Amino acid sequence: MKHTIKELEDIASQIRRDIVRMVHGCQSGHPGASLGCADFFTALYFEVLNHKTDFTMEGAGEDLFFLSNGHISPVWYSTLAHAGYFDKSELATFRKLDSRLQGHPTTHEHLPGIRIASGSLGQGLSVAIGAALAKKLNGDKSYIFALLGDGELQEGQNWEAAMFAPFNKVDHLIASVDYNGQQIDGPTSKVLALDDLQAKFEAFGWHVINTDGNDMQAIVEGLHYAKTLTGKGKPILNLMSTQMGAGVDYMTGSHKWHGTAPNDEQLAAALAQLPETLGDY
Amino acid sequence: MKKYTYTEKKDTRSGFGAGLHEAGKKNENVVALCADLVGSLKMDAFIKDFPERFTQVGIAEANMIGIAAGMTIGGKIPFTGTFANFSTGRVYDQIRQSVAYSNKNVKICASHAGLTLGEDGATHQILEDIGLMKMLPGMVVINPCDYNQTKAATMAIAEYEGPVYLRFGRPVIPVFTDPDQKFEIGKAWMVNEGTDVTIIATGHMVWKAIEAGEKLAELGIDAEIINIHTIKPLDDEAILTSVKKTGCVVTCEEHNKFGGLGESVARLLTTELPTPQEFVATNDTFGESGTPDQLMSKYGLDAVNIVEAVQKVIGRKK
Ligand SMILES: Cc1ncc(C[n+]2csc(CCOP(=O)(O)OP(=O)(O)O)c2C)c(N)n1
Repeated sequence: MKHTIKELEDIASQIRRDIVRMVHGCQSGHPGASLGCADFFTALYFEVLNHKTDFTMEGAGEDLFFLSNGHISPVWYSTLAHAGYFDKSELATFRKLDSRLQGHPTTHEHLPGIRIASGSLGQGLSVAIGAALAKKLNGDKSYIFALLGDGELQEGQNWEAAMFAPFNKVDHLIASVDYNGQQIDGPTSKVLALDDLQAKFEAFGWHVINTDGNDMQAIVEGLHYAKTLTGKGKPILNLMSTQMGAGVDYMTGSHKWHGTAPNDEQLAAALAQLPETLGDY
Repeated sequence: MKKYTYTEKKDTRSGFGAGLHEAGKKNENVVALCADLVGSLKMDAFIKDFPERFTQVGIAEANMIGIAAGMTIGGKIPFTGTFANFSTGRVYDQIRQSVAYSNKNVKICASHAGLTLGEDGATHQILEDIGLMKMLPGMVVINPCDYNQTKAATMAIAEYEGPVYLRFGRPVIPVFTDPDQKFEIGKAWMVNEGTDVTIIATGHMVWKAIEAGEKLAELGIDAEIINIHTIKPLDDEAILTSVKKTGCVVTCEEHNKFGGLGESVARLLTTELPTPQEFVATNDTFGESGTPDQLMSKYGLDAVNIVEAVQKVIGRKK
């Protein structure tokens, strides 16, 4: 381990502070699943991913990460800043005019750490597969990670990708699903139920594991374990249970905070629950 | 310059929501579909009163278009709702084959069009949708200018038989058209009669054209302002009549100048009545995050830009 679990939890706390402050600062954006995925991003970038903050598009010899559910950009931007890709002061520009920190991640403004635009849902798994195929052709044995929303899985393109990857033995791919059970119009079970996702992906030929995405120890172990499963002909799917809004009591577990910014009072209440550990931007 | 005033500002998407509700009351064959954006599309009133005529498809726009096309076969009049980007580019071939080519009575209703979507940024701000949709044979393309006109247009397309693309937006803007207007597809609305220049505007740009008209009047320029809410079929006659009188034209749209209203007007004029024209539109660019006002200003879609374009085009008159 590069960090203790406590150290990682402290990083996640700071990332959560950043998320609510960023979304508050522009009065728009998506705090819910950003908070829910703060532990995953921390574990990934500070413990699991082999990456250089001296960013190159190709990332030869590095593990690559793709965010398909691009609306949770705040958690990614904060993570990238604290990991050292750019200065954290830039977080204050989130969603503002002339910023590199666009509402949804883009390559257009050349923000280090971003390799493809996302925001229009359902496209990231295909891109991750393509990047994995290129690595294979290049003889590069690094891992490809991807994160997808659970509601996002309603997009058919995911299932085209899900069929493609096992058939083509894309087996250095670890895709995680932010399994928070929520989307914009309500709980996923009421909008369009995903039902037994594990059975669905297994039927398509994936190796599926289950992790608790809001338990740092579990998520670190889960991602390390996922790595041990690669190279065996199957892509890996990490069904990662999370709570939308995790870390802020009044936001937890409800789709209402999918894409709503907190007001001043709500911000204060949120920050009171999230220790400042690395210094606010 | 005719005086236009307003007492309130509303979003055009709410006009859609209200129009859909009215259309639903009038005709029980009107059904609605949405892809996980019920609140953004203001479909709540329809859903409350006609729950059995509403279908939530989840985040699956391609499936939504196909299902809508299928429902027309049973005599239904489906209104699909999602953001403009996911209503068009996302599902282009589904629309092309199952709706346009098959001539199905689907109403593709698209909110959050253009830059005024604001902070979400370029992935969500489509500036190419008018072009995409007008290129489809048989597709009617409508971009109304305020709440009242959007409501009227929504009710009117329910009565029209055939595929329609209805484009509207997110920001609150002045409500300045008649609440009881009769919306005629393909019929331009004369906003202001004038003699020096024809300003042709659609959607959110109509109010900006009125603001520009007032500034131009102060400069001694008498602008004719025409609201083209229906980009296809285009009201050729209204445009030609006006341009014969004024001898120059400025088109205004919250869309790429490649493929938008301006190009439709240019095509008409080059064949019928070659005329100097200037385009107030985005210039082959994606959008970005920012407030709607900041973006309209940065990308040259403000009243001042219309004034400048008018001054330029008048200078080009023979
Ligand atoms: C193609 C597409 N359709 C619709 C949207 C609008 N949208 C943004 S986020 C979202 C819900 C996503 O649900 P989920 O993946 O579960 O993410 P969460 O709600 O957990 O953040 C929708 C419908 C979009 N961004 N892209």
